[in-house]
Amino acid sequence: MATVEWTTPVSKEEILKVRVGDIVYISGEILTARDRAHERALKYLEAGKKLPIDLNGAVVFYCGPLIKKIGERLKIVSCGPTTTMRMNGYIREIVKRISHIVLVGKGEKGNEIAEALRGKGVFLAFPGGVGALAARAVKSINAIHWEDLGLPEAVWVLEVEKLGPCVVAIDAHGNNIYEEVERRVEENFRQLLVKIE
Amino acid sequence: MIIVDILQKNATYICLLHKKKLMPSIDYHTVVETVVELFRKAVTEIGDDVILALRKAYENEDNELAKNNLKMILENIEVARKSKIPVCQDTGIPVVFVELGRELHLDFDLKAAIVEGVRKATEEVPLRPNVVHPITRENTMDNVGLHVPHLNVDITDGDTLKLTVLPKGAGSENVSALKMLPPTKPNKITRFVIETVKEAGGMPCPPTIVGVGIGSTFDGAAKLAKKALLRENILEMNEFELELLEKINSLGIGPMGLGGKTTSLAVLVEMGHCHLASLPVAVNIQCWAHRRASAVLR
Repeated sequence: MATVEWTTPVSKEEILKVRVGDIVYISGEILTARDRAHERALKYLEAGKKLPIDLNGAVVFYCGPLIKKIGERLKIVSCGPTTTMRMNGYIREIVKRISHIVLVGKGEKGNEIAEALRGKGVFLAFPGGVGALAARAVKSINAIHWEDLGLPEAVWVLEVEKLGPCVVAIDAHGNNIYEEVERRVEENFRQLLVKIE
Repeated sequence: MIIVDILQKNATYICLLHKKKLMPSIDYHTVVETVVELFRKAVTEIGDDVILALRKAYENEDNELAKNNLKMILENIEVARKSKIPVCQDTGIPVVFVELGRELHLDFDLKAAIVEGVRKATEEVPLRPNVVHPITRENTMDNVGLHVPHLNVDITDGDTLKLTVLPKGAGSENVSALKMLPPTKPNKITRFVIETVKEAGGMPCPPTIVGVGIGSTFDGAAKLAKKALLRENILEMNEFELELLEKINSLGIGPMGLGGKTTSLAVLVEMGHCHLASLPVAVNIQCWAHRRASAVLR
């Protein structure tokens, strides 16, 4: 297992280099997106409309941050990842339309996006609920796009320093930890059933 | 002087509110402030029992990814407690349990006070505005809405008012399940509980705490499953619960679904009698960030 440090934007070569189980720390500009931001981003891409941020080489953090208003200033208080599987349909379509991408999410089940990410992207796992720790890596809020979606669903452009450790859970070569675990779990469940029934 | 005992885990905290003013009984303002403090405590401080369970899990794991996840979770709990910030950005949907002593006479709107407490906590703690209309998805921005906060009211003996808050995140709530089992097949309960945990995989942020409600009615079983999560020490399990836990952990889902020995930290069961022709079973899954806090007002 290798440990690497990435600075955004991440190059395709860097993405292709890592394998499942590797540890990644991210520094630089990342963006947050949830369900409604994905829906809108895909609409823009389909219509050939320019997105407020370039998704090629971007690091998308699946997160709806908890924000505190201090006077006119906004502060990120806690910002752990959310489940990304709800957005798989959008992710597959969006990935088709860009060159390469890094996704950061949390605990999944199976998560069948390895094919969509093949040769193009990785899925990094950051533990869910670990929002206080993640917020410590956030150095500044550089921009907020699509605020009309509501603050948790808006696209936040954040400057982070060594966000991690993130684990490569799906790499760009078709390897997927979630699918491996899922297969083992199904087998263990079958064995359990024999015992209890 | 009103003394509020904030009971959480094994520790007892005593807060003195309104030190200067002598107050003859519980009032609106006290309830509002208590609700705010309970939410603050719940979302920023994880109970000692849960921390102990997570530490044991860390020691027990030999899978490197699982160990890494548990280490980060424990570190996060420490950072949140020290900096007084919510452990998780999903500060949940507000659920409040009210145990009302039958000898109490309240001359104010208790429900309105709890609602106001949630509103105030949202701004002051802060809590993420998570409450939306079910169809339009419009956010109320203050965590208050139709039937929200969700109140569970019970009438008890005595002259105290006990308030317990359980802010519940969506990841774990979304994978919870309820089933009306055939009444003569109690062995199906084990299968249903394990199957629910298996289907959830890594989505509810394991290691989870599994609340199980057995019996009662369709709605009663769900309520029992949620109530089960309130057990003061999650490590105090009976034989049936420990057996279920062992089976669940043999699945190998592991912390965050990346594999390992710890899928759940505890299985907590509450039972109720039921109709002779039915056997309702509900499974309410709770993420590792088990946030709860109680206060007793006199």
